[in-house]
Amino acid sequence: MLIVRGLGKRYGDKRVFRGIDLELPRGGFVVVTGPNGSGKTTLLRICAGLATPSEGSLERGVGRAQVGYLGHEPLVYRELTALENLDLYGRLYRVPERRERIGMLLERFDLWEVRHERVASYSRGMTQRLALCRVLLHDPELLVLDEPYSALDEAGAGLLDEQLAELRGERSFLLATHEPARVERLASGRLALAA
Amino acid sequence: MSAAAATIRPVGRTSRIPLPALAAASLVLVTGALALVFFVAPNDANQGFSQRIFYFHVSIAITAYACFAGAAWKAFLHLWKREPRADLESYVCVHQGLIFGTLVLLTGSIWAKISWGHWWLWSEDQLVLFLVLFLFYCAYFMLRFSLEPGPQRANLSAVYALFGIVLVPVSFAAIRLAKNLIHPVVFTLHGPNFGGWILVTYCVAQVAMLVLAYTLYRLELGGKRLDQRVRDLKEVLV
Amino acid sequence: MSYLRDVGALARKDLLLELRARDTLPAMLLFVAAIFVVFHFTLPAKPSRLETSGLLWVAILFTALLGLGRAFVPEREQRTMDGLVLAPCDRSAIWLAKSLATLAFLAAAEVVALPLYALFFHRVSGATVLAVVLADLGICAVGTFLGAMAVVTRARDLLLPLLFLPLAIPIVVGAVGASVGPPVVASPGKYLAFLGLYDLLFGVICWASFEYVVSE
Repeated sequence: MLIVRGLGKRYGDKRVFRGIDLELPRGGFVVVTGPNGSGKTTLLRICAGLATPSEGSLERGVGRAQVGYLGHEPLVYRELTALENLDLYGRLYRVPERRERIGMLLERFDLWEVRHERVASYSRGMTQRLALCRVLLHDPELLVLDEPYSALDEAGAGLLDEQLAELRGERSFLLATHEPARVERLASGRLALAA
Repeated sequence: MSAAAATIRPVGRTSRIPLPALAAASLVLVTGALALVFFVAPNDANQGFSQRIFYFHVSIAITAYACFAGAAWKAFLHLWKREPRADLESYVCVHQGLIFGTLVLLTGSIWAKISWGHWWLWSEDQLVLFLVLFLFYCAYFMLRFSLEPGPQRANLSAVYALFGIVLVPVSFAAIRLAKNLIHPVVFTLHGPNFGGWILVTYCVAQVAMLVLAYTLYRLELGGKRLDQRVRDLKEVLV
Repeated sequence: MSYLRDVGALARKDLLLELRARDTLPAMLLFVAAIFVVFHFTLPAKPSRLETSGLLWVAILFTALLGLGRAFVPEREQRTMDGLVLAPCDRSAIWLAKSLATLAFLAAAEVVALPLYALFFHRVSGATVLAVVLADLGICAVGTFLGAMAVVTRARDLLLPLLFLPLAIPIVVGAVGASVGPPVVASPGKYLAFLGLYDLLFGVICWASFEYVVSE
């Protein structure tokens, strides 16, 4: 699914990381850890296709349509409602049976009641849950999640645990987190970045 | 560390012509052009001695166009072929083009003053065109310096450089169209009738300017590449 | 075609965002009215058609810049551009949708501006309206494109007018030429054709190169 060899990235004079090797087989679950500033976010952005590496190579087995990315920002429009946001992404990703799928996800992540309210009025936890809906909307083969548990309360974290357990083995995961213990039992591989 | 150092691309050679030879050629050609312009070329029937600046004005203008076209070509190579050096080369081309463009405005202004007594003539198409291009390529620099170095800066600079080369003919057409609106054509600066020594002088001046531009281009490019290499090495050693 | 559907979905999003925020369009309307009043005080007593046509186009250009500077602000502030770039749609659809939305706002502003101009200065001819249509296309296509570039820089809205104005000069020439009418310009056809050519040429370049503006 994902093969990375000797990957390095720098922005002008600022070096982010160097010499990263990574292999994510189909159905695998790789957990990326490391202190702040070690380049976890940059690595995940490169794997998702949002940035290009400065050195090294990256082979990804799927195209853009099959990648789901969750970054530090939820990537939803604050002035639109949950339903409008998901409808937009549903159209762009050509999700079949769009309305049903949106409804199903909103319900699963406990956002059905607030679906007609603007995202600006949501709490951080709710926004993060909406972001998870967005990521899962098109049922991607490869999920690249950057600290998905941040901003989630216990209930939300529980929902995410369930979702990850359900998809484990059928989808491929690249997950960066500050709390590896939470996903330890799901992990098939680990990558620790140095500062 | 030696493995990492081995990954740094060597500066390499741009072409087979060494820089000192180019500098010498520029010196010879420019001196030759100056000599021809001031001592050999005949006086223009209408405008007399002052018209001689025309030789430099036109040759510098053509050189500036060549620089902008070169910048657009390198920009295209960067975007299409992903050539790693093209971005820096495109930038240096724009820089040279802007320098020569400024000289066009200066020589044109001097010519206008000597011939017609005004420091600026809106009726002179070339001057107005270069004014527009000057503004455009100054904005190129503002764009470039407002971005961190990296692939995004290279991409945006390249796209803008491509817009620039399309703007040249479009602006020229616009300026001609605007003539009907703004003034009837009162002042014009005629080129001389080509023939004999006039043609020779012009050709020497043109070649001199092109070689000078290329020399300056190589000089600046070399300096920037060296900077880059030093930065790369520093980064590996840290 | 799915490309047009993508453009439709994105344009709908842009229109919705503006209708909810309700700040850009009212500002543009007020701005254009204020500019006309300022012009009155800067012009001689009975301004010629040429003078007022020129000022009409200055007013439209700067009103457009006001709107264009805001076009990509949601994508920048909320980082949602990443979301759009990740999607499998063609990146040029993002530009086209945003241009169409900006065009809608500019047209809405002109629906007020042109009658105001007719009221204050000179009547508006059919050629002027045609010029407005053609010039708007060019302004929105190029302006939106440059707006996407400006919004990722440090200077942001400082940079957009600097990038845009040199490229807007041909539009202004074509537009003024088409709207000024006789006796200065006998037939506006040449100028309208020039505007059309500009729109075509720069429209194609913007469409083809937007990919490089938003991706690394």
